Amino acid sequence: MTPGAPRPEPVQVVKQRRDAALQTLVAGVPYIRFLGITFDRRGDELTAVLPFDDKLIGNPQLPALHGGVTAAFLETAAIIGLSWSLLWEDMEAGRIDPARLDPLLLPRLPKTIDFTLDYLRSGLPRDAYARARVNRSGRRYASVHVEAWQDNRGRLFAQATGHFLVPAREA
Amino acid sequence: MVPRVDEGMTGMDENGKITGARRFIESIPHARALNMTLDDLAEGMAAVSMPYDARLVGDPQTGVIHGGAVSALMDTCCGAAVMSHPGSAAGTATLDLRIDYMRAATPGQRLRASATCHHITRSVAFVRASAHDDNDDLPVATATGAFTVDTEGGGPA
Repeated sequence: MTPGAPRPEPVQVVKQRRDAALQTLVAGVPYIRFLGITFDRRGDELTAVLPFDDKLIGNPQLPALHGGVTAAFLETAAIIGLSWSLLWEDMEAGRIDPARLDPLLLPRLPKTIDFTLDYLRSGLPRDAYARARVNRSGRRYASVHVEAWQDNRGRLFAQATGHFLVPAREA
Repeated sequence: MVPRVDEGMTGMDENGKITGARRFIESIPHARALNMTLDDLAEGMAAVSMPYDARLVGDPQTGVIHGGAVSALMDTCCGAAVMSHPGSAAGTATLDLRIDYMRAATPGQRLRASATCHHITRSVAFVRASAHDDNDDLPVATATGAFTVDTEGGGPA
């Protein structure tokens, strides 16, 4: 090792910091808890998970997920995905210290301008997953695409595109 | 995604129709979870509302309801409007839905959605909806959507 070169941080320290930041971002939102949505993290990639619950049903005869639940799930995946990508940059650049993130003062969440959903097949009474891709994130606006699936990653049951107002960032 | 509205209807008169439809809407598990009520129903038109609820908050700093809950309200209302249309035989499901968020809903206020099914073909119903809080002048959100027209057993009337 070159003398003077900083030792890489232990992997557990890095993981703990990133998980704590994600936890702070998600835990503060009552509606995410109400729907039961959780987030799996692999590096910077997030997968939103919606465990099935009877209260998510919109058609008891089939049964099928409520279209509004699908909308809410994808919008949540988009907002957290976008917010996480902004937080990630600041965190990795050392501009913020996740250990000192105040859940109440945490970077404001992006505001949805519009959200367009494609319902591709009916949502089954099973767990659902979603991943968001930030196609463009500027100073004020962002465009995010979300894909959602259940049993097969290749068989989407819904997809969506949304535009968001990016919260003003601290100098 | 909402199944047939005519199940459990008590009569063909307006009050009976609304009573049956109300019982139906309020039997949808997710509509019940959000405490939605059907306030009005006419041919191709519906009004559905829900109370402010701290569990639905999307921005803890302001107490503003999450957009997803507003979407759930409007999707339900759109489905009810499709099923109340005379050209719709059985159930319906959302094909696509676009929601525009004009402003934050005022915390503490009831959200009221109204939807109109303005055109229907044998396969597709076209719907417009808006959601208001106590300020009637500016909607919180508007939506446009396309819904399936299910013709379970029989085909279109």
